[in-house]
Amino acid sequence: MGKKHKKVVVLPCSGIGKVYGAVARETAYELVEKVRPGVATLTCLPLLVINNPEAVALVTENPVITIDGCPKECAKKSVEAVGGRVARAYEAIKFYKEHKDLKPEGIAEVNDTGRKLAQVAAAEIAQEVDKLAAGEEQ
Amino acid sequence: MDIQVQKVGIVSCSGEEIPEGTLCRLACRKVLDERPGETVTICLPLFIAGGEEERTFASNYPTITVDGCDKMCAAKATEMLSGKPSKSLSIPEILKKHGLKPPTKLRHFGPEEDAAVKAVAAEIAQAVDEVLEEE
Repeated sequence: MGKKHKKVVVLPCSGIGKVYGAVARETAYELVEKVRPGVATLTCLPLLVINNPEAVALVTENPVITIDGCPKECAKKSVEAVGGRVARAYEAIKFYKEHKDLKPEGIAEVNDTGRKLAQVAAAEIAQEVDKLAAGEEQ
Repeated sequence: MDIQVQKVGIVSCSGEEIPEGTLCRLACRKVLDERPGETVTICLPLFIAGGEEERTFASNYPTITVDGCDKMCAAKATEMLSGKPSKSLSIPEILKKHGLKPPTKLRHFGPEEDAAVKAVAAEIAQAVDEVLEEE
């Protein structure tokens, strides 16, 4: 058992060009606001791009889960670029592949079906949040 | 005679942590959808995560950055990693100019936030017009 963590950082894709970016964000919001409030936390991905010291400290001192919207993996790579280590990396499309009845639509924000898919994704990721918070890393 | 239509790059703060970030994304998306022939965007983190093509974005397109807070991530990242933006817009300044209150939630914007989204989108669209005129 490793070190326990008060926070687990959840970082979604920040894209506004593809539906799975919106699914990634919705999933992160679901985790932070409803499923694991107080434990799951997020920061703005662009803060890492400009090397904001507080954001960099957040992702280097706490376990990080990334949820990317496309194979370019901006969220994962942005964390790694500032010296953070990604404990779990997801691509949002994975959840749709596992739940083909929940086809998301929308780009800046997802439709109701996309919200349901995000709820399913958040429930799955919450288990990893719990493990990481308990120190069951890697 | 060839007619070349110059496209304007729009770089949005993604601001996942603040309601103004969501406002920023929605307003930028609205302009991109309404002016598909004149605008193009890039995901901000691609300046780091992407390749040469992404890093030359602001060299390839006159670029407008739109930021949700005074940290100005979009403007700073674009200038640091790609090229100097043609214009930098700030959501707090736009809301103040229009006498609008900042949004209070991170997601699921509705009619209450509609005026803010439209006001910000209108300012971005005006900036697009100005940049196209300058080109």
